[in-house]
Amino acid sequence: MNIINIRLALACSLALAAPMVHAQTTGKLKVGLMLPATGTFASLGLAIENGFRLYVTEQGGKLAGREIEYFSVDDESDPSKATDNINKLVKRDNVDVVIGTVHSGVAMAMAKVAKDTGTLMIVPNAGSDAVTGPMCAQNIFRSSFSNWQPAYAMGEVVAQKGHKSVVTITWKYATGDETVRGFKEAFEKSGGKVVKELSLPFPNVEFQALLTEIAATKPDAVYTFFAGGGAVKFLKDYTAAGLKKTIPLYGPGFLTDGTLDALNGEAEGLLTTLHYADSLNTPRDNAFRLAYAKTYKLQPDVYAVQGYDAAQMLKIGLTAVKGDISKKAEFEEALSKVKFDSPRGPFTLGKNHNPIQDIYLRQVIGKENKIIGTASKALADPGRGCRLL
Amino acid sequence: MSLTTFLIQCLNSLQYGLLLFLVASGLTLIFGIMGVINLAHGSFYMIGAYMAFALSPIVATTLGGGFFSVLMVGVVLAILLGYALEWIFYSYLYEREHLQQVLMTYGLILVFEELRSLLVGDDVHGVQAPEILSGTLPLGDLMTYPVYRIFISAVCMVLALGMYLVFTRTRLGMMIRAGSANREMVQSLGIDIQFLYRVVFAAGVALAVFAGMVAAPVSSVYPGMGGSVLIICFVVVVIGGIGSIRGALLAALLIGFVDTFGKVLLPQAAGVLVYVLMAVILLWKPDGLFKAG
Repeated sequence: MNIINIRLALACSLALAAPMVHAQTTGKLKVGLMLPATGTFASLGLAIENGFRLYVTEQGGKLAGREIEYFSVDDESDPSKATDNINKLVKRDNVDVVIGTVHSGVAMAMAKVAKDTGTLMIVPNAGSDAVTGPMCAQNIFRSSFSNWQPAYAMGEVVAQKGHKSVVTITWKYATGDETVRGFKEAFEKSGGKVVKELSLPFPNVEFQALLTEIAATKPDAVYTFFAGGGAVKFLKDYTAAGLKKTIPLYGPGFLTDGTLDALNGEAEGLLTTLHYADSLNTPRDNAFRLAYAKTYKLQPDVYAVQGYDAAQMLKIGLTAVKGDISKKAEFEEALSKVKFDSPRGPFTLGKNHNPIQDIYLRQVIGKENKIIGTASKALADPGRGCRLL
Repeated sequence: MSLTTFLIQCLNSLQYGLLLFLVASGLTLIFGIMGVINLAHGSFYMIGAYMAFALSPIVATTLGGGFFSVLMVGVVLAILLGYALEWIFYSYLYEREHLQQVLMTYGLILVFEELRSLLVGDDVHGVQAPEILSGTLPLGDLMTYPVYRIFISAVCMVLALGMYLVFTRTRLGMMIRAGSANREMVQSLGIDIQFLYRVVFAAGVALAVFAGMVAAPVSSVYPGMGGSVLIICFVVVVIGGIGSIRGALLAALLIGFVDTFGKVLLPQAAGVLVYVLMAVILLWKPDGLFKAG
């Protein structure tokens, strides 16, 4: 253990020392975008990049007086290629900062490299608790959320609704496990009981057997997490099984974000929790939505906001160190003090570098996730296992 | 587990098994009878599902719409696609090694996925079940069962029976079986085996596309959906015995039961149970349950 630590420390200090020699405060800032450009998450990657570039454009194309030069790598949402991909940016292109990514497995591999090399990294989506938990580091920040956050907020909401027994159902993989754990923590703390945890292997979508199991268990409510095609199919099957009328369904916002167009009223009235919604109707959000729609002829979503805020974080940190990105401690300190002016509403960063933010309660009305209240105010991820705490 | 729950789970198993058979039936034809390892089978399924989504507005304006007209148009297009693909690509594969077959059909997967992305995009879509089948049946006081799922099961049974009869009772079926046993011999008897195979391949593609279209209202339509059905299709064909329609049906039902009850009774092992089943059956009968020929 000790030997490993020493070696790690040595590697880190070497890696940290290297850029100091070339420390630059002028000239172009190299930004590496490691996002999915192909595959299921391609549209999410695009929204993040659009959001990021929108903020930079709004700042006149420069952050803290430095022009931005972009380097892009398509991570294909493939964890097995993640280490090679981030090394292309860090070692070959010598980028100053890496922005990425959507897929949690890829983000974990990236965080490991960022931690080892000391490269500044901002995660604009991947919610894996570990990124700001055991993997947390001085140079790793997140502009999105942790899986724990919307799940924990929903646990409180479901308990407040007076439900006593809940069945959870999700895919058996890291994100599914984390969201169920967060929900269970809050729900059981408030006196409820998770009576059964159902799961099926990712990305299996044959739900019928488990729906029968839910019907036979007769819980007060069901908490679920699925995304994309799985979410669409689950909501359809849940409705077709006649359960929507008898057992209310709750889940994190990803259940109904980007899936409503594929549904035909199956999600109507559903309550979800997330740090963003389609109708916040604040001046800040309206201005952002208008600018985004004008620039890209697209409606922004939560991913665009997260990309936008990643650029905002970079700007604030960079301004504090006057463009000298090698000053890691000052960079970190600046970010820890700032209240970010995000379209989602103001947020601050926790000691583990995850946003401390309001989690909204949203309801599906027509094709929109309308905000109906705040499920949890200024909710901070506990950052379990993080050494910065 | 109460008796009602048990019976509903049996219904779930049966329904899932029949759906698996529907998807795997095309693969039984192409892999089982023609001997080509067709990794692109899942892509044909995906194409079917996307056709159900993308064709319905077009069919609605030109032919007056309806889910069943979309099915007809889709099957016709699929037969044309299958016929063309066999002519351009697959006809070169019969004499080649399996590795070359795998390489080319894998390449086709990538091409089809990219075309799908260019033509329809990467969003998730839903397909509506036809009006007359969109109701539900109550099952005790527990839950309701969608009529459309029962319709799928009925379609699968009709299809299974139809394929069985064609293979065992018709001249065409005889020629196909003979061709799978010995290509050269059939050819020397004056049968145009090349044309015959082209027809069988087109039928296989049509079956996969048909399965995708019929399943679209319950499965929804999303990128990469072909990949997930491909593996389970191969499991069905291998367990059933290569080239056997009867075996494929039995294997699909067996997998339906093991998967459904596995998820409920042994959730931790649900992901591997089907493969354990395959391993056990292959140890017991290395050629699968009913090897043809």
